[in-house]
Amino acid sequence: MSDATLDPRLTSGRVAPKRAMRLSWSDPRFRAIVWQVVILGAVAAVVWYLIHNTSQNLASRRIATGFGFLSRTAGIPIGESLISYNPAEDTYGRALLIGVLNTLKVAVVGIVLATILGTLIGIGRLSKNWLMARLTAFYVETIRDIPLLLQLLFWYTILQGLPGPRNALSIGGMVWLSNRGLKLPTLNWETAHTVALLIFAIGLIGTWWWNRRAHLRQEETGERPAVWPVAAGLLVVLPLLVWAVLGAPFQWDVPALRGFNFTGGTSISPEYFALLLGLVTYTAGYIAEIVRSGIQAVPMGQWEAAGALGLKRGAVLRRIVLPQALRVIVPPMTSQYLNLIKNSSLAVAIGYQDLVSVANTTLNQTGQAIEGIAVIMAVYLTISLSISLFMNWYNAHIALVER
Amino acid sequence: MRGLFGAAALIALTCFGAGAARAQGSGSATLDAAKARGQVLCGMAGTVPGFSLPDSQGVMRGLDADTCRAVTAAALGDVAKVKFVPTTTQNRFTALQSGEVDLLSRSTTWTLGREGNLGLEFAWVNFYDGTGFLVKAASGVKAAKELDGATVCVQPGTSTELADSDYFRLNNMKFTPILIADLTEIQAAFLSGRCDAYSTDASALATFRFTQPKATDFVLLPDIISKEPLGVMVRKGDDKWFDLVRWTFAAMIVAEEKGITSKNIDTFMDSKDPDIRRLLGLEGEMGKALGVDPKWAYNVIKQVGNLGEVWDRNITPMGVPRGINNIWTKGGLQYAPPIR
Repeated sequence: MSDATLDPRLTSGRVAPKRAMRLSWSDPRFRAIVWQVVILGAVAAVVWYLIHNTSQNLASRRIATGFGFLSRTAGIPIGESLISYNPAEDTYGRALLIGVLNTLKVAVVGIVLATILGTLIGIGRLSKNWLMARLTAFYVETIRDIPLLLQLLFWYTILQGLPGPRNALSIGGMVWLSNRGLKLPTLNWETAHTVALLIFAIGLIGTWWWNRRAHLRQEETGERPAVWPVAAGLLVVLPLLVWAVLGAPFQWDVPALRGFNFTGGTSISPEYFALLLGLVTYTAGYIAEIVRSGIQAVPMGQWEAAGALGLKRGAVLRRIVLPQALRVIVPPMTSQYLNLIKNSSLAVAIGYQDLVSVANTTLNQTGQAIEGIAVIMAVYLTISLSISLFMNWYNAHIALVER
Repeated sequence: MRGLFGAAALIALTCFGAGAARAQGSGSATLDAAKARGQVLCGMAGTVPGFSLPDSQGVMRGLDADTCRAVTAAALGDVAKVKFVPTTTQNRFTALQSGEVDLLSRSTTWTLGREGNLGLEFAWVNFYDGTGFLVKAASGVKAAKELDGATVCVQPGTSTELADSDYFRLNNMKFTPILIADLTEIQAAFLSGRCDAYSTDASALATFRFTQPKATDFVLLPDIISKEPLGVMVRKGDDKWFDLVRWTFAAMIVAEEKGITSKNIDTFMDSKDPDIRRLLGLEGEMGKALGVDPKWAYNVIKQVGNLGEVWDRNITPMGVPRGINNIWTKGGLQYAPPIR
């Protein structure tokens, strides 16, 4: 930006002169500071009173206080966790951390899936295909009208209706579906896999660089060098080649029925799956409406202008309409994401051990309700604020850049 | 969820409420409040057959419910003045701590941790129990040691949760817990086969098994893996109320020792036995010492019955033998200090 475009009002000395603040009630700045001090002081006094009164009442009722319990051995069993947990040794702190990770596990996957499903349904509602438009409209209207808790119980009951582990449904003897969840085989991890993955990552950077070069070339000459052969070579052929050279190790850890349950492989528990299913389908109903309204907020002229340029409908949607619709979509989408995270606390109803479930058990076993609730609130606040910050950044990033 | 509401109520109370003022009256703030209210608020489950469950007429039946009635009869002289407040395993303590209920009679295990940390104390044990396992007969499991690798349905926030964890750890076995707070939901999970075993107090398992359409489809494993003395809790700091709850049990036990029942109690009114005369308020000032009517024990026995009657009415139909829950003269653990 050159100086010539600067606002002349800012440079020509027409700005109001700065005045020293006077210690007088008639000075608005002084008044403002006084009011802020008074209000802040009042809030601090109320907070101090609450803390003081609470600790006094707890002491008089002889109820244990403090966060010391976090380092005590938990002893409570936890069904599924992303990190190792041994009730004999690990502390309540670690148990709560597992709860947080379980909440994040369902929230992150839920947000991604709900966004994809919601966007597809939202676009489907605008489809010219009568059946598609009606089906998606029906989906949105029903799913939004049924309380989420009922939906969760519904999905959980359905999953419990699956056959027991001894009669599990099998896909090729590798994948097993029973009322104990979905059992999947895992790959026995070897060095060759790590190396191949590393090559793949380098391939990604190489592809990105080649793509950029192709772009510049196109701007210069109007010709676009083909990207896909390079991409295929770097991303598929080269990692596979390296893997083959290193002996091509390939062995599955297949789940097998032993005793009561399957051992080996990995599994998705019915509790997690029911919660994920419920959250995704429910939130997708709202996201679909946000996407639909966002798309409809883009003026018809944009469609027509793009059509006049000869772009196909899909390309119009992808390149012209969606980028503009995003500006309308992102802010309400943020609140849907926050809703999904908070709704995940309904997990207690169907036995998925999220943060609330673990904290609930903890506060019950230790009797320290205030500390337990404080932990729950602090964690949800942190997660929600992080999502908000990210979405605000993203919103600013895609906002219409005004020149 | 209810656990959270209870906890929120406690937080609101401890944050905003002033410290409990000591009332004059009987010397017990809880008793005075109950008298003024005309009701004793009693926390119980309301979902467990044999302990507390409404019958077809909507009347609350069970050992825990009758415990509530007995204390109400002692405190206010009329069992009809009891008000049953349903609580869950998760919100029961906060309900008592925050004053939502006057006493908690909800199959709650007496442990040091609970008495030490919660600001609550146990007045008496109304059922000596132990943690057990219920499995489906089809599974072929005969003993708890065979449960390695099993999925076990447990209610969270219970002492069962800790007992199971300890037991499997001690025996070098693994288990996957399924924790659902709602009793009907956790039982549904067990029935659907989501869990291999359902674990809770053996008495509750027996009554659950008994209420199934075909009880022989289920096997109650013989192993009892922990001590679970189920007691009646009150708040700390109101010793007079604690006394009343404790001596209500003593009165019911003494009545059983002496053969006094709700049916024949009036024939004892001219008894020469000083123990009986003191119990029934014909002699001494026992009622005054507790801050209640002289005929407090008469009211309990007349309106609710002695301990044996309460057992026979509620637990015997569930097919649970009395065993150690008998009074001491019949080889059980229920022993009452003298009322004098």
